[in-house]
Amino acid sequence: MMEKSRRRFLKVAGIAAIGLGAAPAMNFAALDSHGSASAVKTKHPDVLVAKRWGMVIDTEKLNDKILKQITNACHIHHNVPDFNHEVDKEKFPKTRPVNHKQEIKWLWKEKFHYAFPDKEDEFLNEKFQNMSFPVLCNHCKNAPCVQACPTQATFSREDGIVLMDFHRCIGCRFCMAACPYGARSFNYRNPAPFIGKIDPDFPIRSKGVVEKCNLCAERLAKGEQPHCVEASEGAIVVGDLEDPASEIRKLLRENYSIRRKQSLGTEPSVYYIV
Amino acid sequence: MTKNMIMGGLAVFVLAVLSPFWFNMVTTTQAAPEPELLGNAKKATKCVLDKYDMRANHMSLLDEWRDAVVRDADRIYVAANGKSFNMSLSTGENSCLGCHEDKAKFCDSCHNYTSVNPYCWECHTNPKEIE
Repeated sequence: MMEKSRRRFLKVAGIAAIGLGAAPAMNFAALDSHGSASAVKTKHPDVLVAKRWGMVIDTEKLNDKILKQITNACHIHHNVPDFNHEVDKEKFPKTRPVNHKQEIKWLWKEKFHYAFPDKEDEFLNEKFQNMSFPVLCNHCKNAPCVQACPTQATFSREDGIVLMDFHRCIGCRFCMAACPYGARSFNYRNPAPFIGKIDPDFPIRSKGVVEKCNLCAERLAKGEQPHCVEASEGAIVVGDLEDPASEIRKLLRENYSIRRKQSLGTEPSVYYIV
Repeated sequence: MTKNMIMGGLAVFVLAVLSPFWFNMVTTTQAAPEPELLGNAKKATKCVLDKYDMRANHMSLLDEWRDAVVRDADRIYVAANGKSFNMSLSTGENSCLGCHEDKAKFCDSCHNYTSVNPYCWECHTNPKEIE
């Protein structure tokens, strides 16, 4: 009799323990189902999507005026500081003189033998000698900067854009060392004094952060074409490299194009029709 | 004699221990500022989360938004109450500042009171502050 009641006691105690343990789990599950779960994050209805974004630059359609237009459109709308900008002394007293080696650039022009050093033949076509090429981040398929970044501030997005999360950048500049195209710039100083008129649609950067072209991800997300495309008068086309029917694939099929330093194996996504 | 000493000592002790309380009673302290709702924010009755959730969790919400926007290109937040918002601090009508027009009265007053210095505005721009 004694043994039996002890056994019963243990049984009851065991069931009670399971009940006690289950209650919080049940509560948690109930909370989860009608808590934050009903809020959703979605894309803009007009979003432009691609499997892998790429860019084709038709150098035949470019001239110095258009190149300037492109660079200005990019830099002004992304609040890229211009070290030649005259600093407002009242707003920013104690601004040190600039070091032009520390300039910030997302898109700029480069001579053929700097842009394509591995294609510099002894007897190069004369038209390339003095021509300027727009250069920018190549949004490489095998981006070395992404591998170098210790904080995943730089990452390859699923659609092929190599993007930066400025919030996460710790300013170690490994990515700058890794990038074979010099497409990245470091903010050695507060850029604010050198921005003429801030465009409120894009943030500025702070001191100690690396920046580069983002293929206007903020515009693609809203269904707009990148600034450089709009300013290029048809010379630059952005589209899906993986889609055989896309406009850029058509351009690449019909024209001879080159890429920058493609022997390095980074698989750049920016093509130049020459 | 010893009894008086003990009672006196106890009285001093109790006063000392309760000093924060009577100090607060004697001096006037600034009440915590309420975030002021102006313009569009006043007209709209619903925010992203309800008031208390917002008060407690807006920082983690913003953190989530940041990752969604930068990493997944998700820019629209359809809240649990059915309203949709532009996941942005300062760009466009439907962003935080698009509705809460006055940053000084909405963000800064509380942040100053609680001595919190988020660095959002080092890079993000308040459209009202651009001349």
